[in-house]
Amino acid sequence: MIKSSLGLDQLRNRYADAISCELEEKPHIYVGAATCGRASGALKLLDYINTELDKRGLAANVAQVGCIGLCYAEPLVDIAKPKHPRICYSHVTAEMIPLLIEEYLVKDNPRADLAMGTVGEGKIDGIPDLFDLAVLKPQAKIALRNCGHINAESLPEYIARGGYQGLAKVLTTMTPEEVIDTIESAGLRGRGGAGFPTGRKWRLASGQPEEIKYIVCNADEGDPGAFMNRSLLEGDPHRVLEGMLIAAYAIGARQGYIYLRAEYPLAVRRSQRAIDDAKCEGLVGESILGSNFSCQIDIIEGAGAFVCGEETAMIAAMEGRRGMPRRRPPFPATSGLWEKPTIINNVETLAHVPGIISNGIDWFRSFGTPTNPGKYHWGLPYASSSSTSGEG
Amino acid sequence: MSTEQVEQQIQVSPDRKNGQRRFFRLNEIITEQTAANRSLIAILQAVQEEYRYLPEEVLTYIATALDLSPATVFGVATFFAQFSLEPKGRYLVTVCDGTACHVKRSMAVYDAICRKYDLREGKLTTPDMLFTLETVACVGCCALAPVMIVNGEVHARITREAAVTIVDTLANRKEEE
Repeated sequence: MIKSSLGLDQLRNRYADAISCELEEKPHIYVGAATCGRASGALKLLDYINTELDKRGLAANVAQVGCIGLCYAEPLVDIAKPKHPRICYSHVTAEMIPLLIEEYLVKDNPRADLAMGTVGEGKIDGIPDLFDLAVLKPQAKIALRNCGHINAESLPEYIARGGYQGLAKVLTTMTPEEVIDTIESAGLRGRGGAGFPTGRKWRLASGQPEEIKYIVCNADEGDPGAFMNRSLLEGDPHRVLEGMLIAAYAIGARQGYIYLRAEYPLAVRRSQRAIDDAKCEGLVGESILGSNFSCQIDIIEGAGAFVCGEETAMIAAMEGRRGMPRRRPPFPATSGLWEKPTIINNVETLAHVPGIISNGIDWFRSFGTPTNPGKYHWGLPYASSSSTSGEG
Repeated sequence: MSTEQVEQQIQVSPDRKNGQRRFFRLNEIITEQTAANRSLIAILQAVQEEYRYLPEEVLTYIATALDLSPATVFGVATFFAQFSLEPKGRYLVTVCDGTACHVKRSMAVYDAICRKYDLREGKLTTPDMLFTLETVACVGCCALAPVMIVNGEVHARITREAAVTIVDTLANRKEEE
C-alpha cells in the first residue's frame, strides 16, 4: 500500500532498479499479445517459447505486451538479451522459435535477416532502428508511449516508467481548479470525435453543487476500423485509470465507471486486473496516496449496441435500461448518471491527461496544431504494408 | 419480495428436468448482482452466461424479483445484440462483419458456413445444438480482416475454405466425445 507521493517515488526507484537488474541478469522475451497478436497466433507462440526454454533449461523472462501499432506484422516477438538492444522479430512462426532461441539466445547470432528492428538504445549491424522504419518514423507516441513496451498486466512496470506521477502531483500540489485550468490551457480536446474542449467540460461539472458526481470512461468504441481504445486498454490500462482519477479529483467525483464493450473481452480482463492491482496499492479506493481524496472505479460491460457510444444512450444502458439517446439539455455534466453530474470522456482523451499534468502545457502544445494540440491515435486497418495503428 | 414469494408467483414447470435447480442458481445470481448494486443488464449478462440464453420464464422471473414489469425486462433483453431469447448451440461461431471485414468479404465466409450446415436467417443453430452462427460488428482486428471467432479464439485472415474446415473440426470434436 502506497501511503504518500514520497512512497510512490521510492517505489518507482525500487521498481526501476529491480527491472534494470533483471534485464542485466537474464534475457527477456516479449510477445505482442493484444487481440491482434492473439488473432495471429501469439498465445501458441508463448507455449512454444516456454516449452523450448524448458527443454533447454534456459532462464528467461517471458511477458505479454500490448500492441505496438504494427498489426500487419503480427505476431511480433521481441528479444532483449543482457547488454544487447531489444530486437523485434515480425511475422514469427512456430518454426522460428527454436531457431531464434538456438541462434540468438544460445549462440549470440541476432539473425539480422529475420529481424524487423531494434527498440531503444544501442545498435546491431544489419538491423535498423525500429522507429526509423518508414511507418514509425513520422510518429510521436505520447498516450501510447508504453503500449507494446511494458507488460500490460504489471503495475510495477507502469510505475517504473513514471506511472501515477501525474496523480501524485495533482494530489500534493494542485487544487481541482488548477487541474482544470491546466487541461484547458493545454487545449486538450475530446478524442471521441466531437472534439469538445475537455477542460471546459470538466468545469461544467465541477461547478455543480451536488455532493455525488461521476466520471465515466467511454470505451464503447464501435466505429468501423477503429481500435484505438482497444489497443490502449489492452496495452496500458493504468494510464487510462490515472487519467480517470485525475479527472475525478478535478470535478469532485468519488466514483468512476469504465463503460467497456463486451466485444473486447481482453480489454475487459486487463482493465479489471489494473483496477484490482491499483486497489491493492492504494491508488484506487479510499485516501489515495494518503490524501483525503477517495475514488472507486468499476467496469460496466456493454451488451452490444452501437448507439451506446452516445453519452445519453450510454447512461441509459448503465442504469440498466434500453440504450436509447434522449434529448439534451440537460447535459450529462449537469444531470447524467442517476441524474447526478457526470463527465464522460473517451479512453484516449483520459490517456492524455497524465502526460499533460506531468510534462506541462508547453510540452503538449509542442505537438499538433494551435487549435488542436497533442497527438491523435489512428487505426488504419486497410494498409497491408505501410501502416496500421498509428500515432497517439 | 422474498425468494419464496417470487417462486410462488412464477410457475416452475414441473416437467422440466432440474427446474428447481435452475431457479436456485438464478436466485443466487439475482441476489449477488443486486447486492453489488448492478443493473438489470448486468443481471441479464450473468444469467445468459449461466444458461447460454435467456429463457422466457427466466425473464418473467427476473421481472417479478426486481419488481419491474415483464415488458421492461423484455425490452432490455431485445434491445442489445448480446442477448439471445433462443437457445444457442454448444459452440459459438462468430463472423465479424464490421466494415473492414465486410469489404474483405466476410459475408462470403458466412454464406459458406450456412451452405455447408444448411443454416439460414431464423435458423442459425444446427439441429444437434452443436453451434450457433452469428455476426458481430467489429472486434477491432481490422488489420487482419476478415476475422472469425470460435468460442473466444480469434482466427485471422480467414478464407471460406478455412472457415468451413474450422467449423468441421467442431463437428469432429463432438464425435470424439
